[in-house]
Amino acid sequence: MKRKSISYAKWGYIFLIPFFLVYAVFSLAPLIQTFYYSFIDYSVNTGAVASVRNPVPAADNVVNNGFCGFKNYSSVIGNGGIFTESLINTMILWLIGFIPQIIFSLLLAVWFTDIRLRLKAQGFFKTVIYLPNVIMASALSLLFYSLFTQGGAMYELIYNITGNEQSWLNTAGGSRVVVGFINFMMWYGNTTILLMAAIMGIDTSLYEAAQIDGANPSQTFWQITIPLIKPILAYVLVTSMIGGLQMYDVPYIIGGKAGGANGKLMTVVSQIQQGKNSAVGNVAALSVLVFIVSAILGFITLKVMDDKSVKTRYNKKKKKKA
Amino acid sequence: MTKLKRILAGSLALCMAGSMLTACGGDDSSKSDSKAADNASKAGGNTATPVDDADIPAADSLVNTGKKYNIYVWNTEFKERFETYYWPNRDEALWDGVEVNWVTNSNEGNVYQTKLDEAISGQNDAKDDDKIDMFLVEADYALKYVDSDICLDVRKEVGISESDTANQYKYTQDVMTDSNGILKGLSWQATPGLFLYNADYAKDVLGTDDPEEVQAMLSDWDKFNDVAAKMQEKGIAMVSGFDDTYRCFSNTVSSPWVTDGKITIDPQISAWVDQTKDYTDKGYNNKTSLWDDAWKAGQKIDGKTFGYFFSTWGIPFTLLPNTLDKSVDDGGKEEEGNGGYGKWRACAGPQAYFWGGTWICGAYGSDNIAITRDIMLKLTCDTDIMKKITEEQQDYTNNKEAIKQLIDGGYSNAFLGGQDHLSLLTEAADNIDLSNKLSAYDQGCNEQFQAAMKDYFLGNVTYDEALENFKKNITNVYSTLTMD
Amino acid sequence: MARIEGVAGTTDSRTALTVRRVIAYVVLILLVIISLLPFYLLIINATRGKVQTGLQFYPGKALGGNFKTLLSENYKQTYGDFFRSFANSLIIAAFTTVLSVYFSALTAYAIHVYDFKLKKIAHTFILIVMMVPTQASAIGLYRMLKNMNLLDSYIPLIVPAVAAPAVYFFMIQYMASSLPLEIVEAARIDGCGEFRTFNTIVTPILKPAFAVQGIFTFVSSWNNLFMPQMIIDTAEKKTIPLILQIMRANIQSNPMAANAGVMNLFMVLAILPVVVIYLILSKNIISGIALGSVKG
Repeated sequence: MKRKSISYAKWGYIFLIPFFLVYAVFSLAPLIQTFYYSFIDYSVNTGAVASVRNPVPAADNVVNNGFCGFKNYSSVIGNGGIFTESLINTMILWLIGFIPQIIFSLLLAVWFTDIRLRLKAQGFFKTVIYLPNVIMASALSLLFYSLFTQGGAMYELIYNITGNEQSWLNTAGGSRVVVGFINFMMWYGNTTILLMAAIMGIDTSLYEAAQIDGANPSQTFWQITIPLIKPILAYVLVTSMIGGLQMYDVPYIIGGKAGGANGKLMTVVSQIQQGKNSAVGNVAALSVLVFIVSAILGFITLKVMDDKSVKTRYNKKKKKKA
Repeated sequence: MTKLKRILAGSLALCMAGSMLTACGGDDSSKSDSKAADNASKAGGNTATPVDDADIPAADSLVNTGKKYNIYVWNTEFKERFETYYWPNRDEALWDGVEVNWVTNSNEGNVYQTKLDEAISGQNDAKDDDKIDMFLVEADYALKYVDSDICLDVRKEVGISESDTANQYKYTQDVMTDSNGILKGLSWQATPGLFLYNADYAKDVLGTDDPEEVQAMLSDWDKFNDVAAKMQEKGIAMVSGFDDTYRCFSNTVSSPWVTDGKITIDPQISAWVDQTKDYTDKGYNNKTSLWDDAWKAGQKIDGKTFGYFFSTWGIPFTLLPNTLDKSVDDGGKEEEGNGGYGKWRACAGPQAYFWGGTWICGAYGSDNIAITRDIMLKLTCDTDIMKKITEEQQDYTNNKEAIKQLIDGGYSNAFLGGQDHLSLLTEAADNIDLSNKLSAYDQGCNEQFQAAMKDYFLGNVTYDEALENFKKNITNVYSTLTMD
Repeated sequence: MARIEGVAGTTDSRTALTVRRVIAYVVLILLVIISLLPFYLLIINATRGKVQTGLQFYPGKALGGNFKTLLSENYKQTYGDFFRSFANSLIIAAFTTVLSVYFSALTAYAIHVYDFKLKKIAHTFILIVMMVPTQASAIGLYRMLKNMNLLDSYIPLIVPAVAAPAVYFFMIQYMASSLPLEIVEAARIDGCGEFRTFNTIVTPILKPAFAVQGIFTFVSSWNNLFMPQMIIDTAEKKTIPLILQIMRANIQSNPMAANAGVMNLFMVLAILPVVVIYLILSKNIISGIALGSVKG
């Protein structure tokens, strides 16, 4: 082992070159620029255009007052600031989609891996539940918009059942449910497949032992399955949360430019998209905040994954070798 | 007061136009001073200063050296007009060896303007054949480009004389006239609006469907409200939803959305809010939003909606297809007996207004200005071509003479039960007054304000909360503006 | 599969099992309906006419007409050549996919196989940046590309795929479970160079992982609107989502040219290749995810 690391280490570096080179150019450099702008009092007057006949030193539709410390941050974080509000909105939308997503995915994963249940046509089901993921999010959202809008099929159905003539899209609660549902629909297949894989990896002898002890299915589920798939559950949770943090297309199409009923569909990335042409400094601060929140979440995943799974696996391998 | 503002704004603009920014008296060390001047956006809708024919350059003195003619557009409307009506009539000598390049970017998410602005800021450095030659604008943000120096002066730089444009409606030129009285762009269409009403309901409730008698009952907002109450008693909504009367009010404001970098809510805009809230509470509308399915459904002949405010293009392209019971694609015919065909009538309504419209601008730095002139002349000034467009496309063209010829030729519209609505449109177009009503920020302000107020109409929030939501969004979209 | 026989335990009776089975089928069938509904509605909309109000659950009569319109010379003039846009999307998605899976595998291989000082730091770095949303740096990226004269080019759409942290993450998980170091050592004894070992011996082992990440990358590139919209201007270079966006803009702002039936038909045609590829590869994908996933 030692010998190998001495003679071949340079290949490790060589093989890393393409990734880090490309990352540095196309991702890291723009990211650093974004950090820089977040400390600059910089905005663009989008109601004016740069002069072409008398080009002055700086484009005359740009307001650049130079370094401003944390001013951009305080203006987006403070009371009623767009970051705080939109972050709360985003998290609520994400939760509404994620809770049914994890419940159904767990249920399906357990069913698919339960050999006694002997479900037929599993391949068909597994394929179909994943399909909504290949449609463009915007196309899917447009369809749901026409289903739930005043006069749409779902609107009529809800109206006939509840007698409520207000379209769900016009209420904060209703529109959140619609957005959550679309997200659920797009991602539950993916999560099911991941969880299934995790369950299939559980050592069967554990289940055999439980069987001998006379455990019922729900006991087996809560006391064996759940604890053992915790790392992948954590992975699903955190990656979904990060995906949720980037939510944009679906709430934008359902809620429109002003973010739907009382602005409750306005997500962090919607704010970035809306302000990016004008409020450059503020939007950069928003982006950095998204980065920080994401990095923290990423760090948590890393911790969980490292401790619980990756290490165990490497340990196992070492044991085998020994 | 307004006049003073305009003069002030004008002098600021003049100052800006001078290459010496310091001449404005601003302290050069502070960069933001000159920006403040820029933020003091000028009021739009000015009247053009007459230009003497002697100052109009001759066609053969204009540059035409480029090999590629770049046109910036956001949809395919102009391209279709261009290909059908300009290309066969073009001056072939000018186009010898020149190809058209369409740069199409959708309006969605402001991509069109963002791309155009990027191209403008690089216009001086771009290779000749990559420079913008022509670009299109809409009324809601036209001023942004009109008040910058990218647009060519239609008279002195493009070479189109007063007599060439004599048949155009004045308001279409006012939109494109900067604070110094310079005309910066032209349009092939005029988009005055009318009130379209359901003749069956008119007969039932008002006892007549005659356009003149109905107009008499709707000629101002008080009368309009009275009719609304009568309709409501019969279970018919006067208008469909929240946005329907918006243009009538936003076209008659006393000051634009933005003056001196500050957003203000004009009394007319407040009047729209009050009226719409009142209508919603009293059931005078069906609580729909523009373009929604429920909004379209009201256009069926039994749609329980009395009328819609439509401008020229809305009649053949929105109302007609929506009111048919059997669509043309399903084998239906555009004839009486198919749904609401022939059962709608038009009247001027309580307020002259316009809605929509597209203008063509030539770009400074273009190496094909002779072509720009040719396009503008053929597509916005030529009476024969314009007449043909109106006949074939039902587009209301920006040419009084062409429209007059059609009316004199005994124009009647079968969809409107044989009514001649062109005369009404002509009258409406003449009555549009835009002085001091436009700002460069109208697009965002209109969109965001209507969206924010919808929550108030629906009862989700109070007026103050809705206003607060508007403020939050608009200052993110236009971060250099302030609002009290 | 056989090895998890008896997962459910023994205590539930035959009837309880039947009840569970019925519930499972009912839930699955409901989910299938929900998942297929959008496809159904899109296809129905593709058979409907120019102006569409509301949803309709039975087919219209305009499919043939929509096809004719879509393929007409006039449409080609107006929106650009559709075959061309398919080819453009295909070129970008194919290159992106190949670069992404190959270089992610190479990067993962470097971390998995070799021992070097910065290994741990490199790994941690990649996992942290995996979480950064692309929107966070979009403004900076645009200005940079402009300075580098890379706008209106496919390079910024394709090359960044070389550095795909999420694909890397999947690859390293997969290698941990299915690429024993012994194979590499055996290759070395045979005198095989490091780079050749990776290309000729390791990549065939990674095939299932390539299939999984390949289809994921392909789908997201095929559907991507955000980046091409920022970068591409020339009509001949436009991809499918960009043309769809112009059609949608017409529906909102240009009722004269708008044609909802044709737009939906185009959307169905645009989804079709992805669905077909997915259906062909779905077996690989599902087993691939299982292979690459974390096992407790």
